[in-house]
Amino acid sequence: MTWFFVRRLLGLVVTLWVVFTVSFLLMLAVPGGPYSAERNLPPELEANFKHRYRTDLPWYEQYTFDLSRDLTGDLGMSSRLQDFSVNQVIKEGLPISASLGIFALFFAIVLGLSAGIVSALYRGSIADFSLMSLATVGIAIPSFVVAGLAIMLFVFVIPIFPAAGWGTLRQLVLPSLCLGLAYAAEIARITRTGMLDALSQDYVRTARAKGLSEFMVAIRHALPTALLPVVSYLGPAVAGILTGSVVIEKIFAIPGLGWHFVQAALQRDLTLAMGLVLLYTVLLYTMNFIVDLSYGILDPRVELK
Amino acid sequence: MSQPEDLSITLTTAAEKSATGVSLGRDAWRRLRRNRMAMVCLGTLIAITALALFTPLLPLAPPDKHHTNLQYEPPKFSPLFERTYDFDWKSVEESQSRIAELEQKLASADKREANKITLEMENILLRPYRDAGYPTVGAISRWMIRVRSHVFGDINLASFAGRDEFGRDLLSRVFWGARISIVVGIVATLVSLLIGVTYGAVSGYVGGWLDEVMMRFVDILYSIPFIFVVIFIITVLSDEKIKSRLQDMGIDRITIFYFVVGAIYWLTMARVVRGQVISLRTEPFIESAKALGASQTRIIALHILPNLLSVVIVYLTLTIPRVMLFEAFLSFLGLGVEPPDVSWGLLANEGIKVITPVKIYWWLIVYPSLALGVTLYALNFLGDGLRDALDPRLASRRS
Repeated sequence: MTWFFVRRLLGLVVTLWVVFTVSFLLMLAVPGGPYSAERNLPPELEANFKHRYRTDLPWYEQYTFDLSRDLTGDLGMSSRLQDFSVNQVIKEGLPISASLGIFALFFAIVLGLSAGIVSALYRGSIADFSLMSLATVGIAIPSFVVAGLAIMLFVFVIPIFPAAGWGTLRQLVLPSLCLGLAYAAEIARITRTGMLDALSQDYVRTARAKGLSEFMVAIRHALPTALLPVVSYLGPAVAGILTGSVVIEKIFAIPGLGWHFVQAALQRDLTLAMGLVLLYTVLLYTMNFIVDLSYGILDPRVELK
Repeated sequence: MSQPEDLSITLTTAAEKSATGVSLGRDAWRRLRRNRMAMVCLGTLIAITALALFTPLLPLAPPDKHHTNLQYEPPKFSPLFERTYDFDWKSVEESQSRIAELEQKLASADKREANKITLEMENILLRPYRDAGYPTVGAISRWMIRVRSHVFGDINLASFAGRDEFGRDLLSRVFWGARISIVVGIVATLVSLLIGVTYGAVSGYVGGWLDEVMMRFVDILYSIPFIFVVIFIITVLSDEKIKSRLQDMGIDRITIFYFVVGAIYWLTMARVVRGQVISLRTEPFIESAKALGASQTRIIALHILPNLLSVVIVYLTLTIPRVMLFEAFLSFLGLGVEPPDVSWGLLANEGIKVITPVKIYWWLIVYPSLALGVTLYALNFLGDGLRDALDPRLASRRS
């Protein structure tokens, strides 16, 4: 168990280092370095700037400087947003993106599990067929298409949600639904397969034989086993929701990390983009780690190593 | 006397027949054909690809022709045809004579001048098509456009799908977008296929410590959030100075996209191929090939690669939609295909951009989304069907 933690931590360090190095080398390719964005700067000021951020040094010293700065948790200054450090941007954006992501995940799990269970219990029925067709559509269609259609439907045809913005709960519902839908579809398919597998097991027959209701059999006996593949899917799902939030935040004008990331990319704010890439690496890695841990807890046969 | 002879003949033919059996491919094809939905998807995909391929031949309006007076015109179905298509044959003829002139000049020009002249020649060659409202088109498309102008004259279909903010015909843009979306999907997938199969096959076949190192490397790459890294790479490479330098080398954003996507999506392929190669390596027929003195290359090329085909085909059909989705995603963010080229992701972005609190131009969102959705759905479904057909054990478990 300790070995598992140590290994994972080492993995995170290596991954972060690889991401940092690749990003750093790429940034070197930009003429003038990442801090040359300030145009029409008096040469004295530019020299000061360069000295402040060590871009007047040879590349290997710059590398160690940037690396040790990032290691202390300071990701540098944004080169486009005035008076903003990358850390400030993260501090403002992360809570917004996190709540969007958590809501989306919640929708994905609730909708996906219920659809999957219903499909498995009424296998071969019209409900099963339509739910599973819907799931295949949901997996195939990109989130921005879903978002566009949802805006048309719920903002213009049946005006119950605002089109964009951030702050109230009502503004949160539509974006997180759009974000979670594709994952709900995948979870529904996985749950259905898992439930069908579990329902044909001997212990389920025993449960039925001792006179439990079909509902109890499904929820208490079959579901826990069926949940295992769902849990292992949550790792990639979290990654997908992180990525998907980039698009959703752009469409709904939500000032979260994804929105900042796109803006940084479009305006060539390299420091901010790099800081966010590093942050996403940590987030993704941590999520996968948690999923692995919970997998070990849910299934006693799984040994963490 | 003749009786036993006849019998032996029938016996051998029967034996031969059962020995021929059905090849794996034909068996899978038979199973796939029974999956009616997968066949519908296959047909749809073939139709979409054919339409995309022959788009320049169809009587559509040019995709980049502005009609500012018809801004945001909603879809209309009558009259069915309009006579707004305008292709200047005279300027094509003129350009030919001018190009001939320039070619003569080119023969006697020095290096710097030659560059200038080739650029000018390209400009002259493309001008009639640009004036008609086409993006930069290749030689085959130019030929198809000429054929289309000859056959249909100035007739083009009415704007069934409405018009965008510059009054451009959306139907035509969706068709032209298909060309780029599909080509990007296929080429980028092939790049990833090439890397993945080579990497996996080498790792699995050589084995030992090399295999260990190569697979640990894949593990590290797996935990990198690639989409963000890719956007970062594209951001860096889109810097004006780097961009112009790359353009001098003939590399544009789409080429970068091919390589970058190829560099991401090979991971799963490499793992799967490696697993397959390891299990194949110990098969008796490989042993016998070795015993017969076959060389390494011969074994890999003739015995191992053909047996990987089924896995590779399944992953191919499942990777293409993912890559197309990724292209759409990037184009949607404004980091993929650049105007005047169009792709479905770009079109969807244009539609969503013009949503205002008071007005929505639904056709600008619905049609590109529909095209993208149908294609991706068909590809996903066909991929699932192929997987079931090639691995029947899985199919019986899944249903």
